[in-house]
Amino acid sequence: MTTRLKSLLPLVGIAALAIALLVVAPAVLSDLRLNNLAKYCCWAMVAVGIGLVWGRGGMLVMGQGVFFALGAYAMGMHMQLESVGEGGIPTFMILYDPLAPLPAFWEPFRSGAFTIAMIVVAPVVVASVLGFAIFKRRVKGAYFAILTQALAVALATLISGTIKYTGGDTGLSGFTSFFGYTLDDPLNRRLIFTITASLLVGCLVVAWQLYRSRFGELLVATRDAEERVRFLGYDPANVKLVAFVVAAVMASIGGAMFVPIAGIMAPKSMDAAASIFFIAGVALGGRAALFGPVLGALAVGYGQSTLSERWPGAWIYLLGLLFIVVTIALPGGIASLGSRGAAALARVRPPHRKAESA
Amino acid sequence: MDSLIAPLLNGTADGALLLIAALGLALTFGQMGVINMAHGEFLLAGALTGYVIQQAISSTNGSILVALPVAFVVAGLLGVALEATVIRWMYDRPLDTLLATVGVAMILRQVVLDTFPSQGVGVVTPDWLDHQLDVFGYEWPLRQLFTIVLAAACLTALAALLKFTAFGRQIRATVQNRALAETLGVSTRQVDRITFFVGSGLAGVAGVAISLIAATDSTLGTKYIVSAFLVVVAGGLGQLKGTIIAAWVVGVSTAFFTQWTTGSIAQVIVFVLVVIFLQVRPQGLFTVRTRGLA
Repeated sequence: MTTRLKSLLPLVGIAALAIALLVVAPAVLSDLRLNNLAKYCCWAMVAVGIGLVWGRGGMLVMGQGVFFALGAYAMGMHMQLESVGEGGIPTFMILYDPLAPLPAFWEPFRSGAFTIAMIVVAPVVVASVLGFAIFKRRVKGAYFAILTQALAVALATLISGTIKYTGGDTGLSGFTSFFGYTLDDPLNRRLIFTITASLLVGCLVVAWQLYRSRFGELLVATRDAEERVRFLGYDPANVKLVAFVVAAVMASIGGAMFVPIAGIMAPKSMDAAASIFFIAGVALGGRAALFGPVLGALAVGYGQSTLSERWPGAWIYLLGLLFIVVTIALPGGIASLGSRGAAALARVRPPHRKAESA
Repeated sequence: MDSLIAPLLNGTADGALLLIAALGLALTFGQMGVINMAHGEFLLAGALTGYVIQQAISSTNGSILVALPVAFVVAGLLGVALEATVIRWMYDRPLDTLLATVGVAMILRQVVLDTFPSQGVGVVTPDWLDHQLDVFGYEWPLRQLFTIVLAAACLTALAALLKFTAFGRQIRATVQNRALAETLGVSTRQVDRITFFVGSGLAGVAGVAISLIAATDSTLGTKYIVSAFLVVVAGGLGQLKGTIIAAWVVGVSTAFFTQWTTGSIAQVIVFVLVVIFLQVRPQGLFTVRTRGLA
């Protein structure tokens, strides 16, 4: 196969996934299962971003729930206001304090356009500030992982603690409509699935383009030899920052779509445990491969909802065990099985003596 | 006066708890580069050991004195088991130790959920600790003083172990130059194992102390692990004095902020302050000067 054809191979994969999600799935799945698949697609969007930051960039983010929450709460606030109608106030606020006015920062979320803008702008701003501070100070490795996790814990605690403004632990729920479409209608729910699946395919295309660009090469170079990249005249901090921001936007969009699908957004869907759950799919699928994070996230999502319904404990044991086994024995995830197999075969029967390469 | 003394005393006691929890982490993370996310679950194991022993010997008064050493051994053995089965494969991959131990933590938490009542178990404070001390008019619970004494004891014991014993010398040698220590006859495998035993054992002791103050359920470890890590990171790796100061500052400032706002918001403020502090000093409070590019 020529290199040109080979470079188009991922595109074939993306097309296959698009057909599976957009054509096959709606045809064969029931409404309930399709809604579940939509939820896994949201997690898969977060996973594509983690694949970019962690798999290609070598930065383990343990707090991707923070950005998931930014998108989810923006969407949740808009849908909540849409459900109570013009001038209305969300039920949980009335329950908490019947006379409370709508907090000022809620007001702009009545506008759908503003909400959509915030779903993208908020993660860009937060990730830029955070990433700039972290990467310019050359905080990395375990420090980076622990800091991001601490921020996820902090945000979850903050949301739980501010019941008046955010609904606290119970979160936002009771949505009836999504940008004018009622949520009761199965047809509209199928529409939401189609949007979500298309967004996931879009994220994959973005990731594919980034990976084959100069930026993608720089990102891998930064992961493998940051000092060398610096000596070559690039600023690794900027490279990492771009990856971090793109991943944050993907997580935010995933969070935003999660709300109409799940019908609820609470701190539990974004705290430290949820952030680790996002990583689980990426680690199992293969963090550095293009499709690894997506397929891993879809599989873990499916596994969680089917197995944990029947045996809640057993699923946790299985997931924990998979985490351990994959990290010890298969750091590249399931996606690396193919190339590892090929490498093992090559060891058995070396084809030619190759020149020593670094 | 009361508004100053109360948070100072309560915060110092909370800081002492954090210190014992962070000491074990500082030992395994700071000295060995292993990020043990299951450390929080070792705290939980210690707390549950305290509960089980209290149930077994119905005298609540003596049980805590039995529980402390037993919890140390139980958590320590858990740590040795973790080292021998999981961590030994990834000493050169610190981020992977983090991931794998997250898996271990998930499993341990589920074991606790499946074994103990889900609403949590209560540990009864022994009579001799159930008193109030009068400090300038503030009624200070004696058990808080107890946690401070316990933290001081753990710290002294650990410092003495590292500084004065042959084994402590071997740990320090292994940390500084593993290959050289090995050629000089130090069994680094054994050093790893015993370091893990001691570090995890300290988590067990912290767990017993925590069980006297907070409810013991499967989320106990998760609540403490992130704060403990922040203390270690803010204090600087491989530095006991940094860990002490960071634990005290985090404990006291949380207590002070709690006065003005709610407990959860106070926690958030302290998290954010630690993150800002790391901007100024990315390597923590005290750092070992090194020529390495790490």
